[in-house]
Amino acid sequence: MTAPGRSLLDIDGLCVSIGPRQIVKNVSLGLEPGEILGLAGASGSGKTMTSLAIARLLPAGAHTSGAVRFRGENLGEKTEPALCAMRGRDIGMVFQEPKSALNPLMSIGDQVAETVRLHVAVSAAEARRIARETLDRVGLRGEQGASGRLPYELSGGQRQRVAIAVTVALTPALLIADEPTASLDVRAQAEILQLLAGLARERGMGLILVTHDIAVLARMTDRLAVMHEGEIVEQGATEQLMRDMSHPYGRALLAAARLQPKHGAPARQASAPILAVSDVVREYPRTRRSLWRAALPFRAVDGVSLHVDAGEIVGLVGESGSGKSSLVRVVLALDRPQSGVVRLLGEDFSNASGARLRRLRRSIQVVFQDPYGSFDPHWTVERLVGEPFFLLDSPPASAERRRRIAAVLEQVGLSPGDARRYPQEFSGGQRQRIAIARALITEPAVIAFDEAVSALDVIVRSQILGLLSELTVRLRLGCLFVSHDLNVVRSVADRVYVMQQGRMVEHGPAASVFASPRHAHTQALMAAAALSDGSPRV
Amino acid sequence: MRVSGSREIGFYIGAAVTAGFAVMAAVSAFWTPYDPALLSIADKLQPPSLHHWCGTDQLGRDVLSMIMAGARNSVGVALLSVVIGVFIGVPLGLLAAARRGAVDELVMRGNDLIFAFPSLLLAILITAVFGPGAVNAIIAIGIFNIPVFARVTRGGALQLWTRDYILAARVAGKGAARISFEHVLPNLIGLLAVQGAIQFSLGIIAEAGLSYVGLGAQPPVPSWGRMLNDAQTLTVLAPSLALYPGIAILLFVLGLNLLGDGLRRRRERPQ
Repeated sequence: MTAPGRSLLDIDGLCVSIGPRQIVKNVSLGLEPGEILGLAGASGSGKTMTSLAIARLLPAGAHTSGAVRFRGENLGEKTEPALCAMRGRDIGMVFQEPKSALNPLMSIGDQVAETVRLHVAVSAAEARRIARETLDRVGLRGEQGASGRLPYELSGGQRQRVAIAVTVALTPALLIADEPTASLDVRAQAEILQLLAGLARERGMGLILVTHDIAVLARMTDRLAVMHEGEIVEQGATEQLMRDMSHPYGRALLAAARLQPKHGAPARQASAPILAVSDVVREYPRTRRSLWRAALPFRAVDGVSLHVDAGEIVGLVGESGSGKSSLVRVVLALDRPQSGVVRLLGEDFSNASGARLRRLRRSIQVVFQDPYGSFDPHWTVERLVGEPFFLLDSPPASAERRRRIAAVLEQVGLSPGDARRYPQEFSGGQRQRIAIARALITEPAVIAFDEAVSALDVIVRSQILGLLSELTVRLRLGCLFVSHDLNVVRSVADRVYVMQQGRMVEHGPAASVFASPRHAHTQALMAAAALSDGSPRV
Repeated sequence: MRVSGSREIGFYIGAAVTAGFAVMAAVSAFWTPYDPALLSIADKLQPPSLHHWCGTDQLGRDVLSMIMAGARNSVGVALLSVVIGVFIGVPLGLLAAARRGAVDELVMRGNDLIFAFPSLLLAILITAVFGPGAVNAIIAIGIFNIPVFARVTRGGALQLWTRDYILAARVAGKGAARISFEHVLPNLIGLLAVQGAIQFSLGIIAEAGLSYVGLGAQPPVPSWGRMLNDAQTLTVLAPSLALYPGIAILLFVLGLNLLGDGLRRRRERPQ
């Protein structure tokens, strides 16, 4: 598939290989000034390597062929010093992690000014003026002396704004943003994407937006390319492409990204809830500022109540810092609440200890967000999945133990033979299945999912969500599903709770909360989430 | 890829040198060309020959035999002092990381107390008070390995305690002690091996220093440090006598450092 010659950027037959592996195969793309191109694909599809190849920033040992023409010049023929001069001035890049993109010891204004002075001969005062204006434009005005602040004083979203300011200060002709919002929560995500699109339009920059979330691209881009295993399998005008994707992979990606709201409520249980949280308060001590007075503690969870019935999925939504994770730690009895109580199967769980705590722990398990950090790398899957057997008074031994581990692995869609392998041998989605197997092994009544699908690609995500819904019904599990992503919660949850700054601001059946949110915060979250619900641009 | 290849060479050289000295120390337990304690004034100060590869000293002892037997002494003292450091320091570090709070403060301030003393000076004090000899040298050097291992263990363990798999183990009802030994310690082995190699080399130097001032192994147990001291009075007459134990110390310490560096790089390399 070849794109017609484009005036700003013209990639023709680009191939990248590292060692024997070919990572990018015969990619051809083009871009006009002021145009927004989306590059979608799962992790490992070669989209990041493609964007790095454009700026000639590939890791050492990578071999490229094919032509990358920028304003008609072949970048492959340029020397490194010439490329250095172009990067930052003509080609700007925004990366995923704003934390590592900034110098922690330099004020944000200086960081923007530094880039300016590096590329154009202006006075220090002039560079500072440009820096101030750019920071204003990316939304970092407000208080006096915003440009004097240091990166650690800023939130993740604000840092990403600074990184963008550094990149756009000189209005590069081409801007490449590689997963610029992957580490941000849903509201910051929407704001950053709108900022990038707005800047590209008003300054006539060409923007390449790289992400695994095709739903976001559907809303933001003029043209769209879908990558799969190093190849571009679909390319065209976004609106047209969203209507008729022809390649099966493109269709699968789109279907997975378009999460359908869950329909129908489960049959209400007359019995008492299996998990009941009442008026829980969780405070953390703050470092004291004064020698004479202890600092007031930080109240992460402020009088929160919720309950989970058997066989239902309860969503808990909130931005990062809203106290969701602190609440989950209390629910799992990893932390004790300062006041309030967590009841599990009618018994006091938050104040239990000794044998009673052990017995109750069997009934609640957890799946964490990070499929890479959730497993001890030195343990086999069998040992990892069997770890919660420790909670049983007479844990099954040898053959019986193996049989039960094999059974639970099959339940989550893995094979019993996987038990002898190590977690590193599995992909992110498979690891999340292992984590679910570990949670199921003691046949608990409740499982907490703490952002359990946030680190996954859309296709893997929809598979895990499917598994979760199926297990809930089949095993009559109660699930507490914690996520910042409203679209995900909407697709699985029967009831939903919304948290903001440690308080529960809204709760009710998912269908009614999402149809007519009453609290202003829920409405704001809904508006931000609409950006990536897979519906076309309006 | 190529860069890491050339670094690998350092690791292999270090491993080979270390293994060489270890084998030499082991062999010397059963066999040396001559009895390293055998005096033979008639053969004193002989130059290197087929009979005496490294010559003889002022009392006619075979220098090669003394170097070999001295390796046994050096390896023994350094190894046992590392063992003391590991067996006391690592559990302390694990405890401090698992308990935090007051226990952590107590352990770490205790460490600071030991760190605050110049190590060799206190080792001299200990051996001077309790009498010179290999056992007291081991204890004196071992005490200074304790805070090093405690600190390294605590640092690594604190990082591991933030991992989700530790949380998962807690949800599985495991206590801090069990988690420390099942999850934390196995993940620190690499880190501790690196530190072990470094402390081992420092132990070699410390033992040589103590022997040099006469507070380490006592005659007739051969030791590199005392060989240096003995050769001191003869530097003009027979400079090579100081050369052999000096080269042995240098090579062994260099080899251990290369090994430690190599181990560290191997750990850092993404899998």
